Amino acid sequence: MTSTAQFTRWTQLFFAMIIATMLSGCGYNTFQTKDEATKAAWGEVVNQYQRRADLIPNLVNTVKGYAGHEKDTLEAVTKARAAATSFQITPEVLNDPAALAKFQQVQGDLSSALSRLMMVTEAYPNLKADAGFRDLQSQLEGTENRITVARKRYIDAVQEFNVQVRQFPTNLTAMMFGYKVKPSFTVENEKAISTAPAVNFGK
Amino acid sequence: MTLVRALWMALVLALALPAQAQAQDFVPVPALTGHITDQAGMLSAEQRGQLEAVLTDYETKTGSQIAVLLVKTTAPEQIEQYSLRVAEAWKLGRKGVDDGVLLLVAPGNTAAMRRMRIESGRGVQGVLTDAQSKRILQDVIAPYFQKEAYYEGLVAGVGAIATLLNKEQFPAAPEVQAGTGQGQQQQGSMLIPLLIFGIIILFRMFGPKRSRLSRGGWGSGATGFILGSAMSGLGRGGGGGFGGGGGFSGGGGFSGGGGSFDGGGASGDW
Repeated sequence: MTSTAQFTRWTQLFFAMIIATMLSGCGYNTFQTKDEATKAAWGEVVNQYQRRADLIPNLVNTVKGYAGHEKDTLEAVTKARAAATSFQITPEVLNDPAALAKFQQVQGDLSSALSRLMMVTEAYPNLKADAGFRDLQSQLEGTENRITVARKRYIDAVQEFNVQVRQFPTNLTAMMFGYKVKPSFTVENEKAISTAPAVNFGK
Repeated sequence: MTLVRALWMALVLALALPAQAQAQDFVPVPALTGHITDQAGMLSAEQRGQLEAVLTDYETKTGSQIAVLLVKTTAPEQIEQYSLRVAEAWKLGRKGVDDGVLLLVAPGNTAAMRRMRIESGRGVQGVLTDAQSKRILQDVIAPYFQKEAYYEGLVAGVGAIATLLNKEQFPAAPEVQAGTGQGQQQQGSMLIPLLIFGIIILFRMFGPKRSRLSRGGWGSGATGFILGSAMSGLGRGGGGGFGGGGGFSGGGGFSGGGGSFDGGGASGDW
């Protein structure tokens, strides 16, 4: 009798161990790690976009001081910034392709509004010589580069996660727990890239 | 026999190629062997040695890692992409402190791609902001480079970076191993002029009366000063005092401490 009880206890232990190895073998833990990695990478993306948004009021004010009558361009930037900052995106929305596309669109609008503003400033030598403006310009440039880096790291993290979701045998685990392929950033302005840029040396 | 070998080669190539195909187009990241890596042949061996001494000394004193990389070109990559790849591979700066700085110069780049860049680690961005990096590139280094005074430009740039980093309270450098009392004295003799020089530069940069005309002439005396000190420091230390017996942990080797980068910094041209 006692030997049978002992036997069942051993079997239980045995099965528990089997299940434990299966859980780690089927990639459950890897899913958790990679999921967290994408969230962290996403946090960095949002952080850098926020950093850019924070720079803009100062930039707009500085440009206003020298080029106040460029109202349309300045207003476009302010509006695009408002749209971009009012759009809140949480890690949960990350699994929603439509929400991510929207996020990308509002940030893309802000990017193009900003680049128009920067183009306008070329016509104001006094503004370009202003030390404050030069500093803001380089901060903005650095931040744009940080955004590029953060986006690339996010794309890489999502790619790793998605490979895990689709590859055998971990795709079975993904099916079991309902992990889906995450949407990622796409090239924002495909049309703009495929058409050759107009170069004007005449300024 | 040869056929078999050829087949083997083909197999090995077929296996290796897909992995390398992506990396082949780009300029490879050089192995990290010292604080200064000159692949563009911009410096003489003596100048490299002196700059290496100053940077090693700075790391020993403060723990922060500043590295200089000179490559011919970064094409087809933008300088920003290449420098981030280097920074990620080298992992300059201490882990968790992230106090690494990379100064990259690519004289063969086109003007549109920018020819120099400061890549700042996450931890130093409070003092070495993007704006400061840009100022160092444009106001400190570029005037020298325009005169093809590359060594002087790099010394001035590194001095300005080091001076800014000193404003931050980073954790102290790990204790230097025993038996380096003399070495430390020698290092101090090189570090102080570097700092003084950096302070002078910063004063010039942010001083109220700065005119474009006067920019050309400044600093030449100070450069002579630091070079003289660095040289005398080297001379006093003797041949064996530096590198071999200098007491750098790892027997003179240099490797990144695990610092991380986020793409912050600035690019410029001359």
